[in-house]
Amino acid sequence: MKELKILAVVASLVLVTFYGIEPYAHHVMHPEGKPADFKFSDLKNVDTSLKGDVTAGKESFVNNCTACHSLTADGFDPMMSDADSAAAYGVTPPDLSLAGRIYEKNFLANFIFDPVTATKVEHKYPANGSKVYPMPAYSWMGAQEIMNIVAYLESVSPKAIDEAGLASLAAKEERTLFDVSREQNAEVFKSACGRCHDMKYGGLSATTPKVTIQGYMGSTPPDLSQYIISRGSHYLDGFINNPQEYLHGTGMPRVGLSEQAQAEVIEYMTQVGDPKKTEREELGPKVLLYLLIFAILAYLWKRKIWSEVH
Amino acid sequence: MAEFKKADSMLEWFDQRLGVINFSKVMMTEYWIPKNINFLWAMGALLMMMFGVLLISGIFLLMYYKPDVALAFDSVNYTIMHDVAYGWLFRHIHAVGASVIFLVIYIHMFTGIYYGSYKKGREMIWLSGMLLFVLFSAEGFSGYMLPWGQMSYWAAYVITEIFGGIPVIGGDLVVWIRGNFYVSDSTLTRFFMLHVLLIPVVMLGAIAFHFYSLRFPHVNNEAGEFFDYDVEAEKYLAGDKKGSKVIPFWPVFLAKDFFVMGVFLIFFFYLVFYYYGFAMDPVNFDKADGLKTPTHIYPEWYFLWSYEVLRGFFFEMFGISGKDLGLMAFAFANGIFLVMPWLDRSPTVAPANQRPYFKIWFWLLMIDLIVLTIFGKLPPTGANAWVGFASSLSFIVLFLALPVITTLEAKKLGAK
Repeated sequence: MKELKILAVVASLVLVTFYGIEPYAHHVMHPEGKPADFKFSDLKNVDTSLKGDVTAGKESFVNNCTACHSLTADGFDPMMSDADSAAAYGVTPPDLSLAGRIYEKNFLANFIFDPVTATKVEHKYPANGSKVYPMPAYSWMGAQEIMNIVAYLESVSPKAIDEAGLASLAAKEERTLFDVSREQNAEVFKSACGRCHDMKYGGLSATTPKVTIQGYMGSTPPDLSQYIISRGSHYLDGFINNPQEYLHGTGMPRVGLSEQAQAEVIEYMTQVGDPKKTEREELGPKVLLYLLIFAILAYLWKRKIWSEVH
Repeated sequence: MAEFKKADSMLEWFDQRLGVINFSKVMMTEYWIPKNINFLWAMGALLMMMFGVLLISGIFLLMYYKPDVALAFDSVNYTIMHDVAYGWLFRHIHAVGASVIFLVIYIHMFTGIYYGSYKKGREMIWLSGMLLFVLFSAEGFSGYMLPWGQMSYWAAYVITEIFGGIPVIGGDLVVWIRGNFYVSDSTLTRFFMLHVLLIPVVMLGAIAFHFYSLRFPHVNNEAGEFFDYDVEAEKYLAGDKKGSKVIPFWPVFLAKDFFVMGVFLIFFFYLVFYYYGFAMDPVNFDKADGLKTPTHIYPEWYFLWSYEVLRGFFFEMFGISGKDLGLMAFAFANGIFLVMPWLDRSPTVAPANQRPYFKIWFWLLMIDLIVLTIFGKLPPTGANAWVGFASSLSFIVLFLALPVITTLEAKKLGAK
């Protein structure tokens, strides 16, 4: 039929143009980066096959870490306010309650060994430079002692609640599953990202004051409210895993999240940045079905009317 | 005052006062459209519908939008997208609608060019249509600034900067347009005014004028055939509906339009729900920052071809800088479609496939515009810059050659 031929011509012109300005242009402007490596296989300073001892690990933790770090999950409360500790160290030192759960084991062990290489910020803290990373390297510690600390951190870290657990929690507290799930993911976000980044649309401000963080990082880390839309989950997945690979020279350290923790962070960014996703996906098919019925009725009416003139 | 007899029906009551029966005849049931048409003739009705969709969704957005550099970004991305019930739906409809309406405009416009619907009495239809194209472009551009994201800001910066190229008054003109030395709060509020008041009001007038300009020369048909509308209308009214070459606007013409609308709306709402990213650039979800230039700046897809003509001339020629050449080419590209009826020197009104030379010209133009559009988005480096140069030059050459081509074609067809 002639009209279909015309439609085919119009459609192919549109599709060629579309291909050029969308998939092809994106491919050219945003080349694919390295995929995420959740084993952090470039870090090999600590033998992570060693089995850690929790009791010894706690002792090492008390002797080496509690001067700066809190761990509220095991009763070590922060000694200063966020602003004071930020003023002292440049950035608020993290509470380590979730450290054992959200950081990948190999990363965590190697981070304790040498934070600068693990986070890939050598360009900011060169070996003979004047700036020093706020946390000293524990490269003098034996691998066994480091693994003891890692084992201790893992043992005190509250476990993630699974889907079923969240559902029953939601039922018990008479809240939506979305809300309780977002709340759990928010904890991971706060621990992993919340010392530097705001999440305005989620009601979170960075725990380090703006002035301090700007001095520490060189620029103010962005608010991440809309990053799930502006960057997309695919990019975020690669970027968070290895920022230098995607944005060479950035001040942002590699955070070392495990695959699950990173998924929780991205899920949280989606829940905050695109909260109507479910509503959208539910409404879509209904509207399209309605329009399909409309189009069919319109076609039948057209046939009836035009049968008189053809 | 004329004497009124008591009305027997509500229709009569209104007819006595407003002449509704005659009015509906003139506007609907005895407004004659040629029968020999295809679905491309439904684009006008689609555009009218999309204008309505944009107007209504725009009114809902207007209730929550705040034209202030400190508030605009969050009023769109938080208040409308998160807080307002179905605010996201209205924003998606508005953004996708603004993008897709240009697709329909281009189909409408190139249908006119393909079938020669701009000449031999139809010049005013073409001119008023091009006026609408300019208005829709201005509406699209001013609206794009309102969410106050990075692309809003930098597109506003680049496009207002273009006026700086006008000799003598350029520099002052840019400041006058922006209301400041840089793109700022005053720029945002005045573009807001243009977007929600001045341009839409002018548009309504221009749409009415566009419809009016159709009344005397009548709508073109698929064969470009000229016939006596009064004779054909009489035939139709006498009952020879099959033999008549015309159909009434209502219900026959619109019956087909409604079906086309139905199919189009399925496509449109698919985009609204599942593929809206093309109309809401991710870069624009970073708040405007005058100190941080995005890696790639590009306009919305419907401006890419003319943007590429602007960028295409990137080196000095004949002692004129690349920038100035680009500006001249850009001015040429934006003005040249307007004089289309006078560039086509052939008196033949027929679809392009029945015109030996024009046919080739038309398809070359389509290819050139697609190349310009695609390369208008890609970074203008290396070979891309040269493709841009070649396709920009071809665009100009094509239009300069049009009078010659059509004159030769007229001779050839006349000789037969």
